[in-house]
Amino acid sequence: MIELKRLYKSFEDKDVLQDINTMFENGKTNLIIGQSGSGKTVLMKCIVGLFDPTSGKVLYDGRDFVRMTKRERTQLRREMGMIFQGAALFDSMSVLENVMFPLDMFSDQSYKERRRRAEYCLDRVNLLDAVDKFPGEISGGMQKRVAIARAISLNPRYLFCDEPNSGLDPKTSLVIDELIHSITQEFQTTTIINTHDMNSVMGIGEHILYIYKGHAEWEGTKDEVVNSDNKRLNDFIFASDLFRKVKEVEIAELH
Amino acid sequence: MFIKRFLTSFGRYVELMGRTFQRPESWRMFGRQYVKEMAQLGTDSIGIVLLISFFIGAVICIQIKLNIQSAWMPLWVSGYVTREIMLLEFSSSIMCLILSGKVGSNIASELGTMRTTQQIDALEIMGVNSASFLILPKILGLVTMIPLLVIFSTVSGVIGAYTTAWIGHIITASDLTAGMQHDFVPWFFWMGAIKSLFFAFIIASVSSFFGYTVEGGSIDVGKASTNAVVSSSMLILFSDLFLTNLLS
Ligand SMILES: Nc1ncnc2c1ncn2[C@@H]1O[C@H](COP(=O)(O)OP(=O)(O)OP(=O)(O)O)[C@@H](O)[C@H]1O
Ligand SMILES: [Mg+2]
Repeated sequence: MIELKRLYKSFEDKDVLQDINTMFENGKTNLIIGQSGSGKTVLMKCIVGLFDPTSGKVLYDGRDFVRMTKRERTQLRREMGMIFQGAALFDSMSVLENVMFPLDMFSDQSYKERRRRAEYCLDRVNLLDAVDKFPGEISGGMQKRVAIARAISLNPRYLFCDEPNSGLDPKTSLVIDELIHSITQEFQTTTIINTHDMNSVMGIGEHILYIYKGHAEWEGTKDEVVNSDNKRLNDFIFASDLFRKVKEVEIAELH
Repeated sequence: MFIKRFLTSFGRYVELMGRTFQRPESWRMFGRQYVKEMAQLGTDSIGIVLLISFFIGAVICIQIKLNIQSAWMPLWVSGYVTREIMLLEFSSSIMCLILSGKVGSNIASELGTMRTTQQIDALEIMGVNSASFLILPKILGLVTMIPLLVIFSTVSGVIGAYTTAWIGHIITASDLTAGMQHDFVPWFFWMGAIKSLFFAFIIASVSSFFGYTVEGGSIDVGKASTNAVVSSSMLILFSDLFLTNLLS
């Protein structure tokens, strides 16, 4: 479980996040949605500590991340997995080496055990036949899946995904979403996903936080999201024709 | 304004080096990186070092023999001057200046790309000290390999000089040998080797600094790579002045 309390972040001249309070539970896929530039990435970077918040608390199961010493932070980070917008695979290493990297770094297991674990993770994302390829030789969707395998190789308690679907076709997006969702349930991780993909929202959004210009505008589940009467949220969700039509059909069915 | 910017950069450089020189989290991974960097920065530079040193050795010998030597000079002077120039200045300072172009831009663009594609962030999220993991093996790898490159350079220069005798028949091999053996001071070799250690540190650490601290996109990686080469060359030139004074 991750809690945010009165979180503010501003850069020199500009306030990006204002007063974010929320709670991300474990075993649930938590979604942060919002327009481009609303501050989703900044919020996630504040949570994982790539940015220091201007003020406020980030609590990991009660432990305040912002006030931790460097050593405690490093320790906590070994419980985190993150999937970056651009996958961020190490391009000097093969797919297998990428997935083995966290294990090589932090576990005392023998080579054989580490390799078995990495292969299990790659199997999980259906990529066992690509172990010897390099990141430059595989497609964007495959890179994302390798990134997922790498992120889960150390059994993280906290999983972060910054726009896991950007640049992917709807079908591949669905596969990635389902994968993250099932991992979350299976290992009871606290999962936070940044997205502006409405398919993900409707598919796996168990807890949705809508960010509007840096503040938490709305919070709820995927069932509540279509029926909300928050105007800004509706403007965001029904920006696409498809979803407007879906809603019209739903309303028509109700009558 | 300029001074302020310089001091800010210098402070950040020192801070980065502070994070770099820390105990590796995993010796196994450090060993692997260290060997990789020795190969990538050192072994892969042998070719260019041999090539350039060979031609410079040959050209110095020809210049001295054909353009400088006159009747009142002893015959061994060409070989002698070639050896001393290679040992004292070329194989250490000039070769490092050349390497700062090859190795420096390599390091800066590699780290810069890792920064802009968030690979460095990915390391940090895993709880890895990215500065130490990426930069320390580069510095130690290059510092380990540079004395070897100095030796290769000197030897190649001498071979270059002999080629002018064997193939060009510009000078006789026995005159050349007499010069090469005339009044040899072993300390000159050590001086070059010691200087090169400092230069290797400058190249690896300064280029890493520029690459590691890139902000933005590919254009900024390009700029960082240029800055890395310019700054490390300047620093090599200045420190050459001091070191030569100090060691002579
Ligand atoms: N390092 C930084 N320095 C200054 N301002 C920044 C920095 N990073 C982000 N910002 C600003 O913060 C705001 C929010 O950016 P952010 O990247 O969080 O948007 P986002 O919601 O993730 O958008 P997208 O969906 O396009 O990824 C933007 O206006 C951006 O200019
Ligand atoms: Mg973003």
